[in-house]
Amino acid sequence: MMPVLLWTDGLIFLLVAGLAGFVFVVRRHEHLAAPWRRVAGDPVGMAAAVLLLCFTGIAVLDSLHFRPALPAGPGGDKLGGEIQYAPEVKSLLDRALAPLIEHQEKSYSAPFASRLFIREAITLADGRTVRDFPRLQYGGAALADPDAGRAGDILVRAAAGLAGGLAVWLLLAWALRRPLRRSAARGTILYTLLAVCLIVGALAALAPHYHVFGTDKVGQDVLYATLKSIRTGVLIGALTTLITLPLAIGLGVSAGYFGGRVDDVVQYLYTTLNAIPGVLLIAAAVLMMQTQLETHPDWFETGAERADLRLLFLCMILGMTNWTGLARLLRGETLKVRELDYVVAARAFGVSNTRILLRHILPNVQHIVLISVVMDFSGLVLAEAVLSYVGVGVDPGMMSFGNMINGARLELAREPVVWWQLVAAFAFMFVLVLSANLFADSVRDALDPRSRGRS
Amino acid sequence: MSLVVKDLRVEIATGERRLIPVDGVSIEVAANECVVLLGESGCGKSLTALALMRLLPDGAGIADGDALLDGESLFDLPERAMRAVRGGRLAMIFQEPMTSLNPVLTIGQQIEESLTLHRDLRGEQLAVEVRRLLAAVGLPGERLSAYPSQLSGGQRQRALIAMMLAGEPSVLIADEPTTALDVTVQAQILRLLKDLQRQRGMGLLLITHDLDVARDMADRVAVMYAGQIVEWTTRERLYGSPMHPYTRRLFQVLPSAVRRGDRLVQISGRVPPPDAQIVGCRFADRCSDAIEACRADAQGLREVAPGHWLRCGRVGSASPLPEVKPEAGEGRPAAGLTDRLATPVLELRDLAVHFPIRKGLFQRVAGHVKAVDGVSLAIHAGETLALVGESGCGKTTLARAALRLIEPTGGQVLLSGEDIGRLDGEALRRKRTAMQIVFQDPFSSLNPRMRVGDIIAEGLAALRPDLDAARRAARVADLLDRVGLPRDAAGRYPHEFSGGQRQRVAIARALAVEPRLLICDEPTSALDVSVQAQILNLLADLQREQGLAYLFITHNLPVVAYLADRVAVMYQGRIVEEGEAGALLSAPTHEYTRMLLNSAPGRGPA
Repeated sequence: MMPVLLWTDGLIFLLVAGLAGFVFVVRRHEHLAAPWRRVAGDPVGMAAAVLLLCFTGIAVLDSLHFRPALPAGPGGDKLGGEIQYAPEVKSLLDRALAPLIEHQEKSYSAPFASRLFIREAITLADGRTVRDFPRLQYGGAALADPDAGRAGDILVRAAAGLAGGLAVWLLLAWALRRPLRRSAARGTILYTLLAVCLIVGALAALAPHYHVFGTDKVGQDVLYATLKSIRTGVLIGALTTLITLPLAIGLGVSAGYFGGRVDDVVQYLYTTLNAIPGVLLIAAAVLMMQTQLETHPDWFETGAERADLRLLFLCMILGMTNWTGLARLLRGETLKVRELDYVVAARAFGVSNTRILLRHILPNVQHIVLISVVMDFSGLVLAEAVLSYVGVGVDPGMMSFGNMINGARLELAREPVVWWQLVAAFAFMFVLVLSANLFADSVRDALDPRSRGRS
Repeated sequence: MSLVVKDLRVEIATGERRLIPVDGVSIEVAANECVVLLGESGCGKSLTALALMRLLPDGAGIADGDALLDGESLFDLPERAMRAVRGGRLAMIFQEPMTSLNPVLTIGQQIEESLTLHRDLRGEQLAVEVRRLLAAVGLPGERLSAYPSQLSGGQRQRALIAMMLAGEPSVLIADEPTTALDVTVQAQILRLLKDLQRQRGMGLLLITHDLDVARDMADRVAVMYAGQIVEWTTRERLYGSPMHPYTRRLFQVLPSAVRRGDRLVQISGRVPPPDAQIVGCRFADRCSDAIEACRADAQGLREVAPGHWLRCGRVGSASPLPEVKPEAGEGRPAAGLTDRLATPVLELRDLAVHFPIRKGLFQRVAGHVKAVDGVSLAIHAGETLALVGESGCGKTTLARAALRLIEPTGGQVLLSGEDIGRLDGEALRRKRTAMQIVFQDPFSSLNPRMRVGDIIAEGLAALRPDLDAARRAARVADLLDRVGLPRDAAGRYPHEFSGGQRQRVAIARALAVEPRLLICDEPTSALDVSVQAQILNLLADLQREQGLAYLFITHNLPVVAYLADRVAVMYQGRIVEEGEAGALLSAPTHEYTRMLLNSAPGRGPA
């Protein structure tokens, strides 16, 4: 197989490497490590961290891309002695979920169903044609009687999965006993892990035989779509924030601190940007980029590369239009902080502006950054859904929460209603955004030396 | 008896801990009487007042005790009836006149609201009554249609008093009503309160930390310490023969002209936290006269003389308290006198700072605010020059302009004879070691996100880049020693320290670069008097050891009288009078100086 490094993959790995470097630095400095130890002792924060790690893990797995080698042609001869690679880019996650990809039905089916959701004309063995719900090709295929034995079969498989999950958890708990020994949140971490293990175990046991979250319009497994959407969501949230932050912090803080001309220019910039409706701006940029991409199909070897570049551009455009709110908040807060006596004292020492900004202003406005980043994270995942609806979001071929919600939206008027797509996307998004929120809360509390001692 | 409080106990529940900030307070306020509740910050005096109004913050509750207003128990009233009492028969004025008035309603509307609510007045009657109230608090009638932002601090406090009088209270509670005001305004407001109390025959419960204000106002005084009343007697007895060791210490820590050159008595240690489990006397740990029995036995409030209640076991017992003698001071050198001919450390010549007022679409300069308007001063090594003036007179702007934190618009700043007004960049930076500043508010002057060691080392890092990390750390440790802080303070964050300790950190930070001049901008006005004594002693020690010159900006005249060698009085951006401290304070020549001196509290009842 041939490894493929997409742009966003590279950025995700950079991000992970950056985090690892940060952890390394923090571990070597006692006073930096102290607040993080408090995070480690906070049950809610750690539970959220465990879930976030799971999501990140899935996103990273989904970012290890490759193109599988095509099976050698008939007769075993290789074209010109070279290995041919499939035009389709796969990720490690795709490989792990291969059964889910292959188990494609004809159309909608409800979770755990063994029959299709819509009636079809079925030709019976005796030649008669009736309209009925046909059996699914894969969902509950092992059942002799699709209706009677289903509940029992599901229970047995689920129980086996839960047992497997429990076993994995015991192994994990044993492996983690040393690092966890001193953590005050040990219990919570282990319980969260247990919950994750049990859910994953049950899903792993059921997914090859049933469509746990049902299937969508084209018969694709919704569980698979949801898992694939995680990477898109994390990427949009993280990359856009990464692009927003330097702009917002740099411009906002310097506008507040230096005032005068700098302030005028920055204010002019963000008022102008704010005066243009955001969606319009994004739509214009995306459409321009889209035509550019379409006129140069030769830039890309695979469709995935094209979708990936589109996603990256979307992040950039969102980032360029999104920094104004945070910048304005930071400007206001900086105006307040720069008048405080400790900044005046630093100026009386002749401390340079850069140093004042880094040591006095930034640490004292960082709580705003942290809060608004987390707020934006959820906002961005939702913005993606809106933009996808207008047709300027991620590539239609790319699985994302936005595309899933859009697909579900069209079917909400149906009777009986097709609810599982929406619920699955919502549940995963909810857990992702909530754990990000809770974790950020816990970090903010720990990083504020004033909150220490308060319980 | 108008207001009788019996064994009031306030509890705050936080998690498992139970704090008791007010523990068994009993006082009474008779009609036509002013009772002062005196105590340092955190002793529970404000919570006592809020408990009486039943306005305690969330989490705090009245655990025990009773309060009778004209014989009716306040704590038994349903909330509905209590609402009629608040602002009616029992009214309260708060410290901050900025925030206790609604900024979008006129003064008139706010007084009217109070009148309709509590006295059900309408129409003509209402208008007449509003004007009568305004006249009573000394506000001109046309102020009716003014919004709070159009009034000065003193006028706002008057308007608030008018609102509170609208319900014709039988008892008025005033919680530090003049702390946020200037001395001259404070004197007016206090006189107004006292006059109103006499005219209307109401009871006045005045809460203050200021011994001088208490002396001017009180008929009876209750001294509070750590949630308890430790002494409760008439003003004459308290100021004539204070008995409780805490009260006596309080009188001794006050700076004054008489104590010039002496070290101030210090009260060691800190007020015990409200969750401390103390069986015996709460002051025992800080009391130099404490004996075993003080710590072991619960101290009740007992009547040691007619009308004189005391919470101290030693007074009148077999082992009475010894007399307290002030520590003999080492005396300060006749500062500056010998060097008067030498070049001053800092000299200001016709210094002016004018801020432009911009108006209109194109921000044309329409005029100037002359914050500092041609000030000339000179400070010599080892000398303390006090700069006295009220808020808004340009003191702080002057200090910042001298430090070149604000660009002066005119005049010269000479540092040891060299004009630094024209210096830039590196040259100016090098001069910054010579002058440093200590601020008023020890809470905003230290970066909460930096450790104390880093805060102190900041100036070293910027101005002495030649020192390596080890030498810097050694210097920080040395500075902590000098300002009397433990060495391990370097690794802790500012919020772990009390106000006085934080001010020590701020002083250490300023001293780090070995300045010759320290500008102290109201360094003790945010601190309790006992802590103020510690800081003043520290400043005096440092001056003696290092020959520092101080530019001491303050509005507190007793501190000036105690500390300053020379005094400059500032009014509306100009120095109106300057001279030797003793001469100037005893025989002021300028009208404004005389007014300042006459406004200072502490001369006894009006």
